[in-house]
This record gives sequence, structure tokens and C-alpha cells, in this order.
Amino acid sequence: MLTLNCPYCGVDADETDLHGEGEAHLKRFGPNSTDDEFHDYLFQRQNPKGVHFERWRHVYGCGKFFHAARCTATLEVFGTYLAQTLEPPQDIKDKITAKRPSWTWGNFS
Amino acid sequence: MSNAVSALQGAVAPGEVTVREGGLQGMITLRGDLSNAKLKSVCKTVTGANFPKMGEAKMSGDNALAWMSPDEMLILVPHSDVADAIAKIDKALKGQHYLAENLSDARAIIMVEGTFAREVMAKLAPVDLHPDTFKPGDFRRTRLGQVAAAFWMKDDDTFAVICFRSVADYTFRLLAAGAKGGAVGHF
Ligand SMILES: [Zn+2]
Repeated sequence: MLTLNCPYCGVDADETDLHGEGEAHLKRFGPNSTDDEFHDYLFQRQNPKGVHFERWRHVYGCGKFFHAARCTATLEVFGTYLAQTLEPPQDIKDKITAKRPSWTWGNFS
Repeated sequence: MSNAVSALQGAVAPGEVTVREGGLQGMITLRGDLSNAKLKSVCKTVTGANFPKMGEAKMSGDNALAWMSPDEMLILVPHSDVADAIAKIDKALKGQHYLAENLSDARAIIMVEGTFAREVMAKLAPVDLHPDTFKPGDFRRTRLGQVAAAFWMKDDDTFAVICFRSVADYTFRLLAAGAKGGAVGHF
């Protein structure tokens, strides 16, 4: 069972208290973007074996969206962080680097 | 004017742990900046309770303040005092970004009372209810069985549970079944 600490209410919430909200840090392409950009924004998702960044919602709890960094192969959770950011905070990146030295994900490493 | 009735009209499932619907309970959802001094002060004024920190419920008699989220406070006052309390909040927070809404009749409150009340809750919620972790005054929003609920510990043997009115019967029966099943002896 996956357990994530909600950074808004401090609760260790198990999977059944949460709702997965897909890939984190998507850049939205809307009006005035090209068809290719819009297509990729809608449909292209990363599916890594290893380090991954996701959005979750504490749906049965405080109701807030937050981010989680975890490993899809081992289910290890590197950390959770607030939604009001465009990229993972440095302390989360450092925790991942300590355990997966050569990790990359999108434009992050 | 129609008479207000609570969802289960005071249903009781007696036993070693008794499950009892709490009847009519005034509940106000207040959303806003919880660090705001005026907001804190009016919460104290209408309930008499101290302002809770994250994950807490503060009680004053039958009144209470419960921390629902970083921008949401649940205010419990007598059912007949709700309009007056909202008027006080509106006056205190005039001109600010906030919302105070009477949700009393959208919800139900159920008491779980008895020596192993803690175990009844632990059977139903994905929450660490060990006595070292969850103590009187602690508050949690989560699910009970299949439905959303919130609960807090009033004292060592009493939990107060809040759920939506539409699932009050399910929640009551769920808690009653948990109580009837007896103590687990885990804690
Ligand atoms: Zn939360």
C-alpha cells in the first residue's frame, strides 16, 4: 500500500485516502498553440521505470492537490511537496540523487 | 416554518461501545485565511473554544472548532445559534475574502462512546489510531468504509464522527457493526 504524507495537512494518507491525478509539472498548451503542441499536452505522458513525479489529491482529507516524487519500480517515496511550484524543490532532488545518482526526468536531473 | 429534524432522529445502538446519533448540530464551514487575527478572534467569540492547530479540534462544552484544511475551519455551535454566529462572522470579516456557510442540515454527527471506541474507529478508517499517535483533541478527515467522514476524539472513550446526511444511515450502521463486533485488544 502506497502511503504519502500530505504536505498541506501533515497526515500520512494511504492510497485509499488519495486520488492519483497523473503526471506532474505539465506545461499547458491551449489557444494559439500548434496542433502538435496541443496533441502532446493532451496525450503524451512519461512512463518511466524508476524516478517519477506525480500529482495527487488528498481527496478524502483536506482536499488539496500536491506533488509526489517516487520510484515506479520499487514504490519508494522520495518525498512530497506543495502544488505551487513549476519544478521539484532542491531538497527533493537531493534526496533522489542520493539514492538514484544518475536520474533524469523530463528537463529535471 | 418546518421543523428541523436530524438525519437519524437520535438513533441509538447501545452496547459496550454505544453508537448514538448526536441529533441537531449547528455546523458552519468557514473558509478564509486562518492566520488572520480577526478570523481567529471571531471563531473564539462564537464558540468559546481556542483556535486549533493543524490536525486538531478544540472544544468548549458542546461547541468546537476543527481544523479541516489550511483554509477551512469547521465551527460547531448549537443548531439554533447558527444564524447569529454567521452574522457575527460576517460582521467581523466584512471586506475580506472569506466564506461562511451553514451546513448543519447537510451533515450528521454520530457519537461513539465506550471503552474500545478507539478500536471501532480503527476497524473502519485508514488512520493510525494508536494511543501514542491519536489523542483526545486530535482531528482527522478521512473515510469510514466507503464514505467520506471526519472525526475527533473528545476524550479517551469518546469519538465524534461527522458525515454527509445522505450517508448517515450507512455510517451509523457501519459504526454499530464495528461496536457489535467487540474489542480487538490490539491497542
Ligand atoms: Zn491533506
